[in-house]
Amino acid sequence: MSACRHNFGKASAAALADGESRAILDKAILQIHALRQRSVDAMPDFTDRRARAVAVRQATLDRLPDLLETLEASVTAAGGIVHFAEDASQASRLITDLLTARGVRLAVKSKSMVSEEIGLNEALAAAGIEAVETDLGEYIIQLMGQKPSHILAPALHVSKEQVSALFAEKFGRTSTDIPEMTRIARDSLRAKFLAADAGITGANIVVAETGTVMVLENEGNIRLTGSCPPIHVALMTLEKVVGSLAEAAAVLDILPPSATGQTLPVHLSLFTGARRDGERDGPREMHLVILDNGRSELLADPILRPILKCIRCGACLNVCPVYQSVGGHAYGSVYPGPMGSILSSVLKDAAGDARQPFACTHCGACAEACPAGIDHPVLLQELRRRQAEQGTDTATKSYAALARHPLLFGAAAAWARTVDPRLDRVAAMAPDGPVGKFLRGRKFPGLSKPFSRRFKAMAKRLSRAQAKGGRS
Amino acid sequence: MKAFLFIPCLVEHVLPRVGEATAMVLSRAGVAPELPAGQTCCGQFAYKRGRPDLTRPLARRFVEIFEDAPVIVSPSASCTAMVRKYPTLFEAGDPWRDRAARVAARTFELGEFLVDKLGCPDLGSRYVARATLHASCQTTRALGVGDATEMLLAAVEGLTLLPLAHPERCCGFGGAFSVDYPEVSQAILAKKIDDIIATGAEAVITAEPSCLLNISSALAKRAVPVKALHLAEVLAGGEL
Repeated sequence: MSACRHNFGKASAAALADGESRAILDKAILQIHALRQRSVDAMPDFTDRRARAVAVRQATLDRLPDLLETLEASVTAAGGIVHFAEDASQASRLITDLLTARGVRLAVKSKSMVSEEIGLNEALAAAGIEAVETDLGEYIIQLMGQKPSHILAPALHVSKEQVSALFAEKFGRTSTDIPEMTRIARDSLRAKFLAADAGITGANIVVAETGTVMVLENEGNIRLTGSCPPIHVALMTLEKVVGSLAEAAAVLDILPPSATGQTLPVHLSLFTGARRDGERDGPREMHLVILDNGRSELLADPILRPILKCIRCGACLNVCPVYQSVGGHAYGSVYPGPMGSILSSVLKDAAGDARQPFACTHCGACAEACPAGIDHPVLLQELRRRQAEQGTDTATKSYAALARHPLLFGAAAAWARTVDPRLDRVAAMAPDGPVGKFLRGRKFPGLSKPFSRRFKAMAKRLSRAQAKGGRS
Repeated sequence: MKAFLFIPCLVEHVLPRVGEATAMVLSRAGVAPELPAGQTCCGQFAYKRGRPDLTRPLARRFVEIFEDAPVIVSPSASCTAMVRKYPTLFEAGDPWRDRAARVAARTFELGEFLVDKLGCPDLGSRYVARATLHASCQTTRALGVGDATEMLLAAVEGLTLLPLAHPERCCGFGGAFSVDYPEVSQAILAKKIDDIIATGAEAVITAEPSCLLNISSALAKRAVPVKALHLAEVLAGGEL
C-alpha cells in the first residue's frame, strides 16, 4: 500500500463540481436501484435464495484450492487449456503472447472488469493487436477513451445525448432514438465479430466439475465473442469458481435480481472447452486464464476474506451514498464503491487511494443490500485499523487523551465555548481550511452550557413531580 | 426503576436540550433518571478513525462508571452501538471483556428502551406539528432497532407524520467523514435536505444526535424554516 497514488478527496470534489454528470448519475442510479428493489420485493423467497447463495460462496472459499484443481482437470478434459497468472502484468503478458504467437491482429472483447484490472487493452494495443469492446456500454466508453464508472453499467455516467454526439463524430450517423443508436453500434460491431481472430470474455461463474464458464448478458455480444472467432480466451479471478452446476444455479438465483432486477438476463452463455470433433461451430482453441493478483493473500486473511464472496452484482454501489454522489471515476481504481474500497486496497498493482476505507459514512446500506452476505463496514473498519497503525493521527490521539480525563475534557469544552463565536470568522478567513470547508453548507450550532450542569435542578423538579404522581 | 443516563459528548456540549428531554421522557415513563459523574466520550470517534487501541481505555472508563447501573439509557444510537462493540476490544479471557459485555447488555437507545423494555408505555405525549422522520442509519442498521421510533411517534397526539423520500439514505455526516471529505458529505446532505423540504413538513425528527446536528445546521445555513427535533423532544411534548 503506497501512500498517495490517487486522491479521492480531490477527485470527488472535482466530480461534484460537474453538475451535468451528477444529474445523469443521480437519475441512472435511482433507476437501477428501483429495478433491483422491485425484483427483490417480487420474490417472496429472496431471503432463502440469498441464504443458499451465501452458503455456496462460503463453500467455495472453504475449498478453493481443491476446486481450482478440479476445474483445471475438467477444462483440460473438455479440450481447453488452463493458465494461472500470479498478478496483473503476468496475466496481460500471457494473453498478449498467446495471441501474438497465433498471429492475431484483431480481438473482440466482451465486458470484463478483470481485463480492466490487468490493463489488457493497453497491453494488446502495445503489441499491435486491436481490441474492440462489444458490450454497448463498454464500447461507448472505449470510443470516448474512458474507463467504466460502474462494475456493471460501465457507461452509467454518460447521457443519451452525449452518446449521440459521440456516434456522429465516430460514424457520421446519429440519432437520439435508442433502437436506432443501437443499430449504429451494431453495424460497426458486426464487421468486427466477423473479422476477429480471437474473442476475449470474462466469467461470472465457473463450474469446477464441468469446466463450464458462465457469462450473463443482455445484448448477445458475449455469445458471439465466445463462439465466432477461432480462439476464445476466458478470463476469471480464482474466487469465481463454484463446485457444481447446482451451485452455479444458486448463485444465478441472486445475481441478476441484485444486479439488474431481472430474474435471468436475456442471454446466459455456457462455454465448455473448445470445438469437439464433428462439431460445426465454436472456437478451435479455448483458453481459461485464472488470475490471482493478491486474492490468495485475501483468502489467508481471516478478517478480510469475506470480500472474496463478492459476485460483482453492483448492489452495494447502487445504495452507497458516497458512490451515488461522486460516481465511479472519483475512486481512481477499477472497482469503485464499497466492494471496491475493500478489494482495491489489497490488489496488486491496483490504482486508487490507499485511504479509501475512510471515505465511508458507515451507514451500512452496502451490507444490507449485499446478496452474498458481505458485511462491508466491518471489513472497512479493519482496513482503517491497519491504515491507522501506520499513521500518526494527532487529532484523534489528543481527543482520546482528553476524553480519559473528565476535568481536562470539561476544561477543553469550556475553552471551546469561548472560542466558538469566532469560528464563523475563522471560516470566513480561510474558506478552504478544514473549518471553512465544513461550514460551507452548514451553520455552526454553537456550544451550550453543558447538560450535566443543568441536570441537578432538573432532577429535583422531576422527582417532585413523580412524588406527586402527576406528569412533569 | 432507576436508569443511568448515558449522555454522549455531542449532547452534553452542543445539544443539552436533548439530554433534558430524555430525562423528562424517562421520568414520565416512571423511570428515575440518574446522571453518573465523569462521563466524557464513548470513544466512537477514535474507533472509527481506526484506533481501537485509543478506544480501549475509554471503554474501561465507561465500564467503571456504569458497572453498577440497573439499566443504561442513551439518546444516541451510534454511541449505544459503540458500547455494544466494547467486548470485541478485549481478548477472550481478559476479565474486561466480560465486564464490558455485562454493561453492553444493559445499554439501550432511548426508543429501543421504551419499546422493547417498557413495552411502549403511554407517555401522554402531545406535540402539534406536521413532521417527517429521518430514520438514521445508526438506529436502523447499526443498532438494528426496528420501527421503535415510528411506534413511539405514532402515539403522539397532534403529530402528523409525512413520508420522506429515500428514508434509507444516510445524511452524510459519518463523524470524521464530514471533515475528511467535506464536499462529498455536503452533497449527500443536500439531497437529504431537498427530500425533507419536499415533504412540506414543518419539522424533521430523528433519534440520532449526530444526524440532528448535521441536518439542523444545513437547514440553518439555507435559512429553511424547518425545525429539527430529537425523538425525545417530541415525546417530551410541545408545539412548534
